[in-house]
Amino acid sequence: MSKERNVDLAKWSGPKRPYDLVKEFVIALVVVTVLIAGLAAVFSSPDEPAVTLKVWAQKAPTDFVATATGELAGTTISAAYGAPYNNASEGLKLGPLKLQKWAGVTIPVNPAVDFVVNPLTFSRDTTIPAALAQWNSASADQQTKWATDYASALEKAGDPAKVVTSDAYGPVPIMTNGVLNLAQEGVLDGLLTTTVTPYPSDFTKPMLFLADGGYFDELGATLHLHGDQMGMMNETGSYPGQSWLWLFSAMYQVEPLKSSANADTQIFALLLLLNLGFIFMPKIPFINRLPRLIPFHRLIWRRYYRENNL
Amino acid sequence: MALLAISLNGPAKYFTFGPFTVSVPNLIMIGLIFVLFTLALVIPFPKHKGK
Amino acid sequence: MATMWTTRVRRATIEKFEPQDVLPDDQPSYVASWIYVFGVLTLAALAIIIGSGLWLTTEGAIWWHSSSVGHFINSMHLWSVELFFVFMVVHLWGKFWMAAWRGRRFQTWVTGAFAFLASLGTAFTGYLIQWDFDSQWIATQAKDGLNSVGIGSFFNTLNTGQAILLHVALLPLVVGIIVIWHVILVRRNGVVPPLDAKEIAGGAK
Repeated sequence: MSKERNVDLAKWSGPKRPYDLVKEFVIALVVVTVLIAGLAAVFSSPDEPAVTLKVWAQKAPTDFVATATGELAGTTISAAYGAPYNNASEGLKLGPLKLQKWAGVTIPVNPAVDFVVNPLTFSRDTTIPAALAQWNSASADQQTKWATDYASALEKAGDPAKVVTSDAYGPVPIMTNGVLNLAQEGVLDGLLTTTVTPYPSDFTKPMLFLADGGYFDELGATLHLHGDQMGMMNETGSYPGQSWLWLFSAMYQVEPLKSSANADTQIFALLLLLNLGFIFMPKIPFINRLPRLIPFHRLIWRRYYRENNL
Repeated sequence: MALLAISLNGPAKYFTFGPFTVSVPNLIMIGLIFVLFTLALVIPFPKHKGK
Repeated sequence: MATMWTTRVRRATIEKFEPQDVLPDDQPSYVASWIYVFGVLTLAALAIIIGSGLWLTTEGAIWWHSSSVGHFINSMHLWSVELFFVFMVVHLWGKFWMAAWRGRRFQTWVTGAFAFLASLGTAFTGYLIQWDFDSQWIATQAKDGLNSVGIGSFFNTLNTGQAILLHVALLPLVVGIIVIWHVILVRRNGVVPPLDAKEIAGGAK
């Protein structure tokens, strides 16, 4: 007969006392409601306004143009991402496991076409149709060369207005300026969210585009939300955030994970292991003896132990 | 109610421990866990009449 | 030997409980510590999360940005989540140091662990549907981790329409089922007796 079949399992034969469970729950509910209502009334909740492509284009037009150029050149994060958006890269690996690639391109995004070329067909700028014709009739290599050369020129000049016109850039300056105008007018936000239906609910395209730029990234840094600031745990302002992400966040700060190219997959794998450990903690040797070794239970059950001379 | 409102919209303060940075509001929540756990263990539970 | 499905289901479920055990009006005298209230506090906080969430649901996703009542309900939803996790962790610590998995209560521990993990996922989708900068930031950052292990191919953090349906429909159902199962197990197995209780020959493990 196993030890477990004894009284841990059987009905408690020792002393009992009356206890009102329903009353306990009602009291807990009232106390917690008052507490939460109090916190809500005093501290409220954050509401940092969302950023749009319009805001980005108006506040940081140089960054916008540089990013749009990068999309055409295939050098931005999105353009070079891989699954689930495109096949530009194999993505991250966990040892030999190419989990990212194997999951497949289920959210197809071609940044050059989706963020720049297609929206430009809605532009009322009369120089655009010719520019698009020139772009679309060029080879992929020619397109990349135009965009890459323009990107370098932009970086040197620091401002699209300061770049000297040159055939070396092809139609890229006109195209990127065209999409800047669409964004500044507030047209681009709608164009990128209504390709399937006019009821927007999927913000993949504008958000990928926005996150490719420096402006959005800077906003995150200012609000202390970056990964290397353990931003995963943080909320905007002085609100408490997601303190339960402490371990996940901490792992990104320590070597060798910190400088690993595949940190994301490795940390996920580690967390999976740790969570399995959490689920099966009662079965793990030594860990399941800790309550014996550090006897907090003697405080919890002190009345019982005292009354029973244990 | 508006008079009681304390704005938490300003930037938080942070504590750095080696490679780790934790915001003060998060530290308060974590500290609350430790405090509540300790108090729960230490504060005597009211006696009830036996059956 | 009854082979009716109805009989089998009844025997596997309802007949395993006596009414006195489902809603007992007494409890073992060793249940005499404030640590024991953190389970019910967690449940109470969950009730407020659901209540405030339902109110937000009836008014729509963007209501709280333009309504002061809405903002207050949103605030209740945020603070109830913060307290929910605080209470749940204190409850977890108490249960660990009590080695509460003893006596066939391992399943109770497992459902508790899954309740915690499912809550993390539910909270994450909640952060994605605030319709503000925080949602944008969290969505664009979290996608990289999820994409790296292939989950991103099925769960698109930038698809707010997907996130809101997960948060409001699927995940609360998952959390609800796990929590109900957890509470049923506690009622069925009773509160774990103290380590070395003299009424037990087995003791720990």
